[in-house]
Amino acid sequence: MRFTWFNLMPWPDMPDDFRERYRSVWVDIDSRLFEPRRGHEVYNTYLDQLEYAASLGFDGIGCNEHHQNGYGLMPSPNLIAAALTRRTRDAAIVVLGNSIALYNPPVRVAEEFAMLDVISGGRLVAGFPVGTSMDTNYCYGQIPALTREKYAEAHDLIMRAWREPEPFAFNGRYTKLRYVNIWPRPLQKPHPPIHIPGGGSVETYDFCIDNTYSYSYLSFSGYLRARALMEGYWERVAQRNTPDASPYRAGFAQTICVAETDAEAERLYAEHVLYFYNRCLHIFPGFTDAPGYRTIKTIQSGALAQYGARFRYQPMTWKELIEGGHVIAGSPETVRQRMEDLIRGLRVGNIFCLLHVGNMPTEKTMYSTRLFAERVMPALRGLWPDYADDDRFWCHPLENPVAPAPLAPGPGAARRGAEVSP
Amino acid sequence: MISEREITLRGRRVAVLTGGAGRDLVFLHGTGGATADDPLLLRLAERYRVHAPLLPGFGASEDAPELREMLDVTLHGFDVIDALGLARPLLVGHSMGGMIAAEMAAIAPREVDDLALIAPAGLWLESHPIPDLFAALPHQLPALLFHDVALGERLLTGGLNLEDPQFLIDFLVRNARQLGMAGKLLFPIPDRGLADRLYRIRARTLLIWGESDRMIPPVYADAFAAGLVGVAAVHRALIPAAGHLIGAERPEAVMAALASAGF
Repeated sequence: MRFTWFNLMPWPDMPDDFRERYRSVWVDIDSRLFEPRRGHEVYNTYLDQLEYAASLGFDGIGCNEHHQNGYGLMPSPNLIAAALTRRTRDAAIVVLGNSIALYNPPVRVAEEFAMLDVISGGRLVAGFPVGTSMDTNYCYGQIPALTREKYAEAHDLIMRAWREPEPFAFNGRYTKLRYVNIWPRPLQKPHPPIHIPGGGSVETYDFCIDNTYSYSYLSFSGYLRARALMEGYWERVAQRNTPDASPYRAGFAQTICVAETDAEAERLYAEHVLYFYNRCLHIFPGFTDAPGYRTIKTIQSGALAQYGARFRYQPMTWKELIEGGHVIAGSPETVRQRMEDLIRGLRVGNIFCLLHVGNMPTEKTMYSTRLFAERVMPALRGLWPDYADDDRFWCHPLENPVAPAPLAPGPGAARRGAEVSP
Repeated sequence: MISEREITLRGRRVAVLTGGAGRDLVFLHGTGGATADDPLLLRLAERYRVHAPLLPGFGASEDAPELREMLDVTLHGFDVIDALGLARPLLVGHSMGGMIAAEMAAIAPREVDDLALIAPAGLWLESHPIPDLFAALPHQLPALLFHDVALGERLLTGGLNLEDPQFLIDFLVRNARQLGMAGKLLFPIPDRGLADRLYRIRARTLLIWGESDRMIPPVYADAFAAGLVGVAAVHRALIPAAGHLIGAERPEAVMAALASAGF
């Protein structure tokens, strides 16, 4: 099993009456709710948490891309990933990912991911989401019915940019470049492992199967509701005569809270979990699915209604969230049992652990994270012994990466604090 | 009496609503599409030979992924006219269809002699931003589209049963096909550069607007009129007690406007 500690980076100060006073947490969220001085503290705290998780032995630390979003302060995940490369050493940097249809030209992604891979010493796990309709269509103005074609073209361009040693001309419909010749090149050959966040469309299942990419279902609604979707994926894997059904072909995001006892988990974490589920997921329904964004085939399959439910939260209680599987919370033993159900039930090798939830303060986040790392993770590590050697979907770091040099005190160092001399 | 027939264009099925007798009139519908019981088409058929092709993705017209942008759709309009064997029909377009009709008249000014634009899309005024149709919820549409909101509610949401899963899927598929296609011209801002090309239009042009249009307010009629510098006389009709869907609310007033412009 591989565990990635993930922080969505929610804004922690949304008012109690957010649902009543504001239309949406996303797209047209009131900019006055963001306070930059507080933002300075929030970003640095979240980076500290990611680095702390790396120090506890999580396989990866993860970030993602959202725009104009009160629960995701990462319009540029690559900036966060770059910051993480310097104070971590072993953990994979999981960028899940860059919405490649949004970059103009898309070689920007090939370049930045190559930079991250080289700086981190081959620790990049790269994600290529289509992006939600909120991000891709409503915030970044992509035409819904053309988004997937543009995505596919961007993917082909990026892969060629990584693989082909000679400069080449790319005559795409959406991007035309005379000289594609990115510098630097990724350290991992032929390219970093790719994870594709999907929402249940058959096209995305096939895309992952055909390219040996890992399929990730990044849901907030938990493992019980994910059953049908992941079963659909594994059925497709079987139908397509895929050479193996390695669980590392799939990943899942799960909200997790660990305490000494189940009662302590509720006492410590309930308010923060409710902040996330009842406040952060308050999205204006008109933004959740621009017409044309999904393929007709996907809508006809009925997957949409299920997916749409993700964005139609009614206020929920702690009890409902636990029983519904949205949240796995409790003592280390409770969490271990339910995680094992999740891992076996969905047949997943990659878990994206949402251990910081909503407006959870850092001490509680660290407490829950440490309990998970020390008392849950070890018991789950060996769940897929038959696939222990499957390293196709994970990064291959250098054996002896360089470490950042200690800061040498130079002239004026005291005045400038810890700033580095040129 | 309007009936539906199908033609084949570049290997794809295109549905055309046809009826009436008189001068050939090609009607290009808006984002809601058109049906054989459309009150405006029925009125038009009393005086004209009406041909209302359904844009790819609408009704029985097959999806055409190769139509990606304004020019593709504009040329598609001419292809349909050619396939129907029509010579210089009166070209009428509503909303998105008005945008397409205006583009056709601008791209090929020698092929369009008579043009009637009913609350056409295609321009964007910073002072009067057009509401985001693509983010609008079904229950918000009547107020955007109708003068008589209660009538709009009956017409638009009557018979909707979104609790029935199969109905919901059919509804979503129709929405995705229609508005997915429309989005190629209208998303996220319904402006594909028409303002720069309006000067090319030479057709005798009639602008029809509903006085209570809250989707594309009547101030846009002024912007169109100002841009049509190559048109000798722009006829204008501002129709009281009509919103954006003038054809549904005041079809007889549209007929009168056409007559007064000499069409």
